[in-house]
Parts: sequence; C-alpha cells; structure tokens
Amino acid sequence: MFSFIIKRLLWAIPTLFGVSLIVFFMVHLSPGDPALALLGDHANKESVEKLREEMGLNKPLYTQYYLFASKAVHGDFGNSFKSKQPVLGEFMERFPATMELAMCAMILAIVLGIGAGIISAIKRYSIFDYGSMFIALAGVSMPVFWLGLVLIYFFSVSLGWLPVSGRLGYEFYVENITGFYLIDTILADDYAAFWDAFKHLILPAVALGTIPMAIIARMTRSSMIEVMKEDYIRTARAKGCSVFQVVMVHALRNAMMPVITVIGLMLGTLFAGAILTETTFSWPGIGKWIVNAVYQRDFPIIQSATLIIATMFIFVNLIVDLLYALINPKIRLS
Amino acid sequence: MQNENRLLEFIKHFKKNKSAVLGFFIALLLVTFALFSPLIAPHLPNIQDLSARLIPPFWEEGGSIEHLLGTDDFGRDLFSRIVYGARISIMVGTISVSISLFFGLTMGVFAGYYGKWIDAIIMRIVDIMLSIPAILLAIVIVSILGPSLYNAMIAIGIVGIPTYARIVRGSVLAEKEKEYVIASRVNGSNNLRLMFKVILPNCTTPIIVQATMGFASAVLEAAGLSFLGLGAQPPMPEWGAMLADSLQFITTAPWMIFYPGLAIFLTVLGFNLIGDGLMDVLDPKLKAKA
Repeated sequence: MFSFIIKRLLWAIPTLFGVSLIVFFMVHLSPGDPALALLGDHANKESVEKLREEMGLNKPLYTQYYLFASKAVHGDFGNSFKSKQPVLGEFMERFPATMELAMCAMILAIVLGIGAGIISAIKRYSIFDYGSMFIALAGVSMPVFWLGLVLIYFFSVSLGWLPVSGRLGYEFYVENITGFYLIDTILADDYAAFWDAFKHLILPAVALGTIPMAIIARMTRSSMIEVMKEDYIRTARAKGCSVFQVVMVHALRNAMMPVITVIGLMLGTLFAGAILTETTFSWPGIGKWIVNAVYQRDFPIIQSATLIIATMFIFVNLIVDLLYALINPKIRLS
Repeated sequence: MQNENRLLEFIKHFKKNKSAVLGFFIALLLVTFALFSPLIAPHLPNIQDLSARLIPPFWEEGGSIEHLLGTDDFGRDLFSRIVYGARISIMVGTISVSISLFFGLTMGVFAGYYGKWIDAIIMRIVDIMLSIPAILLAIVIVSILGPSLYNAMIAIGIVGIPTYARIVRGSVLAEKEKEYVIASRVNGSNNLRLMFKVILPNCTTPIIVQATMGFASAVLEAAGLSFLGLGAQPPMPEWGAMLADSLQFITTAPWMIFYPGLAIFLTVLGFNLIGDGLMDVLDPKLKAKA
C-alpha cells in the first residue's frame, strides 16, 4: 500500500507541472501586452516599460517561469490587476461560499440520488423506475443556469417563498469565523440569520445538485441491479433476511463501490456547475469571481484560480484512488 | 448485402428503444428548424420592432398570433430567434465534436498503437487536460482567444479531446493484438495503414456513442459560455446568450426565460437519448459499464 501511495503521489508531479505550464503561458499566448492591458490603452511608453520591468516581462521565458513557479509554491500568486489585492487572499475570501454551496448540493444529490437509485433497482421496470430514470436522464441534459432561472421564477418571483439571490439578507450581519454562513450563524447564536442563510442556499443547491443527483441515481441503479444478481444475495434471502435487510446490509455495501468513485470524481461537474449557478444566483463565490476576472482580463486571478483548482482536483482524484485501493485489494496489488 | 442486413437489424433494434426514437425525432426537428429556418420562422431573427416590445406568447393576455412565443425587449420575435438558433447549435455541435474527434482520434490511435513513451507522453497530456474542470479550461481558452462564438467552439473542441483520446486508446489496445491485425502486418501493411485502415474501423462503436453524447455536451457548454457572456455575442440568436439577456426581465417577461432554455434542454436531451439508445443497440456491454 505504501509503495502504491508513493507511486500515485509521484504521478501527480508531472501533471501539476503541466498545468502550471499551461497557466504560465496563458498570459504569453493572449494577444496584447499584459503591461499595456494593466495600464490601459492610453498609458505612455515609459510607464509601460517600467511596469514590464517590474513584472519581469523583459526577462527570458524560463526565468519568468521559474519565478512564477517558485512564488506559486510559496502561495504567492501576485496581485489582482484590478483590485491590486493579493490574489490568494481574494480566493480564500470567496472559497467558503463556493464550498458551502457545493457541499449542500452534494448532500442533496447523494441522499436523493442513492435513494432513487435503490428504489428503481428494487422496483425494476415499474412506473417509479421509468419515471425516476427519465428524470435522471433529463437531469443530465439540464442546463443548470436555466434550471436556476426557472426555480427563481417559480419560488422567488411568483410564490415569494425564497430569496432571489445572494447569500444573506441585508438586514443580517454575520461575523466571518469559518466563512460557512450556516455554521457562523449558529456559532453567533443568531437563528434568524441561520434561517435566512438556509433559505438563500436552497435554490442554488437544488440547481447545482441536479446533475450529480442524476448521475448518482443512474449509477446506483445499475450497480444495485448487478449486485442483486449475486449468489450471496440469494443466500441472504434463503436465510430468511427481510427485503430491507438484504438491500441495506448485504447489497448496498457492495453496490456502493463504483458509486463512491463517481461521487469523488464529481467534483469537476460540481465546480463547472458552480460557475454557472453562482452567476445565475449572484452567489459571491469563486465561480463568479473567475467570470468577472475574464471580463476584466485580470490574468493573475484566472491563472491562480486555475492552478489552485487543478491542484485541488488532482489531490481529490488521488484520495479517491487511494480510498478505492484501500477498499479493493485487487487494485493495490495489481 | 451484408452491410444492408446489418443496417436493417440496427434499425430494428433502435426502433424498439422508445426513448432513443424520441431522441431521434427531437434531433430531426432541430435539423428541420436549422435547414428551413427562413421558411419556418415568421420573422427575421434580428429585426427590431420597438412598438412590439415584451409582448407575451399568443395564449396569454395581450399576446398575438403574429408572435407565437412573444417578443423580447427589442421587439424581436422569440419563436423566430429560437428557430434560427437551431442553426447555431448544430454548427457548434458539429464543429466542436469534429475538433475533438480529429485530435482525440489521432492522439488515441498513436498512444494505443505505439505504446511505451509515446503512450506515456500523450496520456500525460490527457491527464493534465482532465485535471482542469471542462468549463474552467474552456473559460481559460476563451480568455486567451477573446470571447466570441467561434473561439467558444474551438475551446469546447479542445476540452473534448482527452475523452476521445482515452476511449480510442483503450479500444486500440484491445484490438491491436488480435489475429486480423497480425495477418495484415504479415501481408505487408505499414504502421499508418494498420492504425487507420485496419484497427480504427473496428473501434468505431464507442466513438460513435461518445460523439453523439459529445454533441449534446458541446451544445450545453456553448450555451453556458454564451450565458456567461464568453461565447456568442449579441445580437446573435444563440439560446444561451438569449437567456443572459432575459435575466433582468424575469419578473416582467418570464417567457424570455422559458423557451430558449427549453430549446437547449430538448436538444441536449435528444442527443443524449440517441447516445443512450446507440449504446444499447451497438454495444450492450458498454452500457453495463457506464
């Protein structure tokens, strides 16, 4: 197992190196001079030249890459072109908002997805099965941003039950402790604010959770159907176990292996969805921040966000692989 | 003769799959809209009529049969814009999938056929591309090239490459040791012929399925990029861009939200249903793995 971990860790290095190269060359591939982009079209020659010097753009490419990479390793991603603030600080400020949204969406997707998948597998070819699998397929085809808009129209504009956008109503103030408003409001004993934060979360979480839910439901169904054919399930039934016991104790545990992998790898889907969902709901997270940075050609933000997210991605995949190997000895021994 | 029989058999199996047939009809409708847009659409997509701003669909109060699905804030006919939008969606799907296919196939065939260091390098590139979430990678590419529909298509095409490369590599690996390949080699076929004429035609099943599903996701991603303002630019009647325009009218003109989104959803659903059906008919084993 130890050598497996080392091998997988070493594998991550060239991938990270490749991502950093893409991110580094981004600025150099884009048309126009970054210094000119930063100062605006009306800047005079001297100030552009001075800034080029400061940014190190006059140095050879490999020196520039070395400087960029060594700074990035130390967590220094430079300052935003627009706000002049350190990019990492801005990232960390917005990261909890995205995490809170993504985690709520994921919990929703796991609970509903696995539930629907199990019932579909047991009641195979029933109306419920056809219905939930059609919804699952529809869920995969759903443009999240459109679903978000439709939800806003029905639940916020027409019915007035839930807020349209943002994380918290203007009348509330939450002291930033963890950055997760649901937790911070409880820590502050402010239950009115908690309820408001919760209400703000519902629609974006439903919109964001739909695609993962659909994928998990389909995966659980097919995996459960496979497992239910196994001999040990027949044995469990013959022993006199109830259907509930057979499904929950004997089948589900074994059927969950591929589902867990899919859940682990769903981070990408979630993140992609977060960019669109955050724009729809004006959710002040990473997704909206990146999109704004693209409008403003704020390259340090796009660069650092890509690098940080890709690094997180690589490590999550690594953890999923390791967990999988831990559960399934066939993989780690092969 | 044999090919004809296979085709008939394929159609027989495909017809049995009701959802795939539904998908096929949705795709047919899309193609009809795209081919005959000037005949189907009652108005031109970009003609503004400020005297007919924000008219609701014809069945609602204040609506008129002249504007079936109502009009937008510039008085443009929504139905006509959606019909013309089908052309853009088909173009986006076709061009993006072609880019992904061309590079993905080439990379996958080379990696699978030659193995060793060529495989290692190509698969490393694939891993790097897959380590950045698709839409983020597309956004990065668009931010380099500049926001436009054409750049969005290129970005989506590039983002799709690794998936095809992986699938093709896997199939080539499975095929290349088979006897017919060895026989062809003994007959004097060179590497290029072996790769593209002998092995590749036997790897088409998963590629066809992936290309169909890839079409669906290309349409979805392009709409997403346009919604973010990074793809099609106004006044192009692109469905995602139309949704972005509608944001501020959510309370006053909700029809501007419903129908362009429905068009995206049905198109993506249609191609996903076909892909699912193809998987069932062409390779049931593949379905079990999915």
